[in-house]
This record gives sequence, structure tokens and C-alpha cells, in this order.
Amino acid sequence: MGDLLDRRLLFVTGKGGVGKTTISAGLAMLAAARGKRTLVCEVDAKGDLASSFEAPPTRFDESQVAPNLWAMSMDSEASLRQYLSLQLRLPRAAGIGLVARMFDFVASAAPGVREIVTVGKLCWEVRERHYDLVVVDAVASGHIVGQLAAPQAINSLVQVGLVRQQTGWMLDILSDPARTGALIVSTPEEMPVTETIELVGRLRSETTVDLAGVVVNRVLPELFGTREEQAFEALSGGEATAFLSRAMGGDAVPLLDAARLMVRTRRSRAEHLERLRDALGGPAGAVVPLLYVPYLFLRSHGMRSTRQVAAALAAELES
Amino acid sequence: MTATVADGRALEALVASREILVVCGPGGVGKTSVAASIAAMAACHEGGRVLVLTVDPARRLAQALGLASASGRAQRVPPEAFAEAGAAPHGELWAEMLDTKQSWDRLVRRHAPDPHTARRILDNPLYQNISGRFVQSHDYIAVERLHELHSEGNYDLIVVDTPPTRNAVDFLLAPQRMAEFFSSRLLRLLTVPYRSRFVDVAAKPFYYVADRVLGSQFLEDIAEFFILFQTLSDGFVARAREVERLLSDRRTSFLVVSTLETVPVREAEAFMAMLPAKRLQLGGVVLNKVLPSYLMQPHLGERAERLCDEAAVLAARMCADGGPMADHDPVIVERVLAELGANFNNIAVVARREAGQRTELARHAAIMASVPELDDDVHDLAGVLRLGRHVWSGGAQ
Repeated sequence: MGDLLDRRLLFVTGKGGVGKTTISAGLAMLAAARGKRTLVCEVDAKGDLASSFEAPPTRFDESQVAPNLWAMSMDSEASLRQYLSLQLRLPRAAGIGLVARMFDFVASAAPGVREIVTVGKLCWEVRERHYDLVVVDAVASGHIVGQLAAPQAINSLVQVGLVRQQTGWMLDILSDPARTGALIVSTPEEMPVTETIELVGRLRSETTVDLAGVVVNRVLPELFGTREEQAFEALSGGEATAFLSRAMGGDAVPLLDAARLMVRTRRSRAEHLERLRDALGGPAGAVVPLLYVPYLFLRSHGMRSTRQVAAALAAELES
Repeated sequence: MTATVADGRALEALVASREILVVCGPGGVGKTSVAASIAAMAACHEGGRVLVLTVDPARRLAQALGLASASGRAQRVPPEAFAEAGAAPHGELWAEMLDTKQSWDRLVRRHAPDPHTARRILDNPLYQNISGRFVQSHDYIAVERLHELHSEGNYDLIVVDTPPTRNAVDFLLAPQRMAEFFSSRLLRLLTVPYRSRFVDVAAKPFYYVADRVLGSQFLEDIAEFFILFQTLSDGFVARAREVERLLSDRRTSFLVVSTLETVPVREAEAFMAMLPAKRLQLGGVVLNKVLPSYLMQPHLGERAERLCDEAAVLAARMCADGGPMADHDPVIVERVLAELGANFNNIAVVARREAGQRTELARHAAIMASVPELDDDVHDLAGVLRLGRHVWSGGAQ
């Protein structure tokens, strides 16, 4: 797993609500801490990436948020503008603004047009070697395949023109497992696991991007081993609970209930984790690396949680 | 806490007085299950014909509702299934899984000036991409289908589970965007016949750049598609306006589902803040997967600290002869006691964070229910009803 951060472009995806942004931020922070010049890009501009670094809102123009670490948010119109001024060397007066709007409009109908501008910008940063690593806080599982398969889609729809010429080098970068990988974030719950398993299949059959791994986020701690579990059962109810309540000068039941809640929730999630492991184990050679990130019992979401995620990922990458 | 927590009857009252309930919220909060459970409870308690319209349910939930695939047709959940789950509804529960492609095709046939044009649009490769793959089309098609179902008048209540959009707001903006699409200057520019493009001097740079970027053949394909598509314009725009009116009608309410995690709460708040400007009615908030309220009882934190600090002493006393844990190893008991304390402190941090988020959400709307995280995801009708009872009663208060 050590080579994950040696890639140049990582797309972090997964079902909505599983913590894609948190994982992207943690991964980027880890890479930066290891001396890699890192760019992290939020594609679904909801503004959560900035809060992971307690930084002002990210914009299309990247801003430094930590040593070695820059953050930006994708904007397909700004991306197109940048592209046009670099590639076409058109005078501004030639109506780049209008073209950008037209592009946006055509993108509503033609598949892959908006995506190609997004993916193109990210690949370009890689090609120009502006950064050692680009971490993409990408779109959710429902949309990622369309985004990553956009260069092929464009190839089949557009026969000539600049957009077509661009797809070749993008495909080279995207299809190279040494440079590019997708990372799926999941939680040990039914729907996220089901979507992860489906997405693994679709990434393999519909895109050329290598699956670099699956991150299982928010894994609950295991409170008790077998012997502790027996003692815990004996403590629950009857004389033992009454003794505890007396000793603490108040009802001990909520404390026991809280532990039971944790044990039960972890157990029901373990089944989904098992299902994920089974599905990813697969035939020899097709094993997908799994990285576990614990549930963080923190007051808020910010630099501190990002650091903890980075530390958890570091431990997983070493193992 | 200043949060206004509506009593358990608030949701019932809302459901009983509306014809459409739009269930919205960020991804991953259990929207679809909540929508299904509200519809099931409405069928049980209010009677009448209740439909839940869903876009992309989990397979097991779909099976629980008797939906094998996206058929684009409503199917009744058989009374026997309710009987098996131990319920006897006065009303009927129907479920439909939206078929985006089929709904688009129907729309085109309805609004096309003649069958020939309809066929040409349906066969156009760009159209096939719009209707099949273009994900945002879910948003428009869901409200469109809702309009169709409502105007057919077969149901007393329709509960809509909104599509998994990147952003809940997209769903609200869909009809307006559709209308804007047809009236935009860009559409006119693109649909100008190819040769006459060079007559319009002002637009010349536009075509120059567009050709270089996209290639003229692709531009021609796009133009042809848009020219065809424009014939649908009047019907679509009129329809989009009607759909907008229906959403802002007094008979329609929006119900926001969220967990109390930071990111979903922020998204839910942003969504709720938009509703008044669009003259849409916010019925209330349903909180899902929340921690039980007993964790917030006073003095528990002190007790947890004592458990951590005094675990060894307590364990020794409990495991001594005549103690309640006399036949247990004090080392193990000590570990369990310390873990009990530490675990409580961990969970309490989350519970307090959730309480803060709840207060924030309650500024926008009444909290109609707080549903605990249930052991299993919903995968049969009994599960739908179990979740439903929590939602209906106001949940874990």
C-alpha cells in the first residue's frame, strides 16, 4: 500500500455522506507532511474542503492551506477559460466569456463535455508537473464513472476539434496505474457498502482508471474481548448494577446502555464490513487494498480531525 | 435546549392535511427509507390511497415495497404483506420507482408537434444521452412525473423521495432551469442554420471559437438536436411553470431529512434557507440516526470519570468474596469498568455535538421526529413499519 502516495493523481469518491472530503483532506495533508507538493481539489463545490483546513473558502485559483499543501475548487467555466487562453491564444475580446457560457450550455446536453473540462484541468496539473500529487475530492459514486469515462465518450462523439485532440494525452494519464488511481470511501453500513461493491465493478468495466483502494471510514472501536464481554454481561442488571450505582452516587444504567449501544452498532456494522471484504477479496490478483479509519469522537470538524485522519491513514499505509 | 421539538402528532397532522409531501435532504441520511415509512404510516393511520414515488431505492428496500425494477408504474403493496408484518392498514400503499428514460420518452411524445418529429428526437444520439445518462435530468423528470401523477388524481397523498442530487437545491431549481434552457440566447445561437451563421457579424467570434473547440461536425449534431428539441419548447415551458406552481401550492409541503452530522446539517440548513424565497412550504425536519437522548442526562459525565479513575478499586471491591462479581477476575472487571467510562465520554462528545446541531436546525423548522439509528437497514415491510413507528411517534425522545 506504500505506493498509494507515489501516484500523481488520486480520485477520491464514494456514496454521498461517507466522508469523501474528510478523507481527501487527510490524504492530502499526509502527502504534504511527507514532503510532496500536493494539490487538493474539491469538485463538488460545497465548501467542506476549506473547513477541513479551517481556511477561507477555496476558489479556482489554488491557495496554500498548509506547508506543501494547496487547495482549490473546480469551476468548469473558469477551467475552460484558462484552457482557451492557454491553447487558443485568443484575444479576450473574441468572446471567451460567451464561449464559456456556450460550453456550459452544450454541456447540459452533450455527455462528457463538462467532465472533460474538469478532468482535463486535473490531468493538466499532473502533466505540467506543477505538483507531485493531485488529490481530487471527486463527485459521488453515481457520477464518478461518467466523469472518468468522459475522454472515451468524447472520443466517440466528437470527431475533430481541439477537444478531441486533447483526449489522447488525458487518457494516457488516466489509464496509467503508476500515475492515476481511484480511491473509494465507504462506511461499514449497508448502502455505502453496496454502492462501493457496485462501483468497483463499474470502474473496472467502464473506465480505464485503476482502483487504488477502498477506505472504510468511521469504523467504531471494539470495546470488549470475549472475556470482557462476559464480565460486561454479568455487570448489567441485578446486584452488580445496583452496587455500581451506589458506589458512584447515581444511576449506572445509562453508562451500561451506552456501552451496549456501541457494541450492538459495531456488531451490526461488522456484517457489512464482512460483505465488503468478501466482495473485494475476489480471485487472486484482484485483491483491493482496504484502509480503515476510525470514527472520530470529536467536537467539531476542522484541522484537528483532518490531522487525525491523516495519522490513521499513515498507520494503515505502513501496515 | 431552546430547540422546539414538535410533539409526536405534528407529522401526523401535516400528512393528513397535504396531498404532496416532498422528502428532501442531503445524501446518505436515509431519505428513501424515511419517505417509504411515512407513506406506509399514512396508509395505516390516515387511510386512503398513498403513493411513494422513489428514484433509486436500495435493492432491499425496493423489494420490501414489492418493486422488482424501475417499471415506471405504480404497484400496490399487497395487504398480505402488511398482514405478515403485523399491520392492518385502512388505506392502500402504492409504490413507484421512477424510470427516467421512459418518462423522458413520454414527455417528448406528448410535446412533439407530430409523431415524425418525436421519432427523430427519440433516435437522436444526443437525446439518448440526455435521457439515459445525463444525471441532472433526474431532477426535472421527478417533478414532472409528480405533476403527472397528481393531476391524474388517483392518490390521496403522494410522498416523493427526491433524487440523489449533488445538492438538494438542484431539485428545486429543475423546472426553472428547464424553462430557462429553452429561452436562452445560447440556444438561439446554436440553432441558427449553419450557413447563415457567418452573416451575424457579432456572433462570428463565437462560432469561430466553438468550431475550433468542439469541431464543426459536433456543432452541427448539437444544432440539429437543439432545433428538433426546440419544437418541444412551448409544451415544456408551460409544463415547467405548472410544475413550479404545484410545488408552491398550499397542498404541497417539504420535509427535510437529515442526520446530525456536521456536513449534512450544513447542507440541510442551506436548503431550508432557500425555501421561503421560492415560496415553498417547509413542513418540518425529521432527524435520522440520532443518538438517544438519555446520553444527555445530567451528572453522567462525572460518573463516567469516576469509573475511569476508580476502576481498580471498584473492581477489587466487586470481585471480593461476597461482592456481586465474586466469581470474576478483577483484572478483567477493571478493564470493563474503565472502558465503560471511556466509551461514555466518547459518545457524550458526539451527543453534545448533535444537541448543538439540533438547536441550529430547529431555528429553521419544527423538529418533527428524531429517529435513533436502528440495528438494521430497512429491508422488509416490517422494517419500513418499525422505522415508521419511530417517525410517527416523534422518535426517541
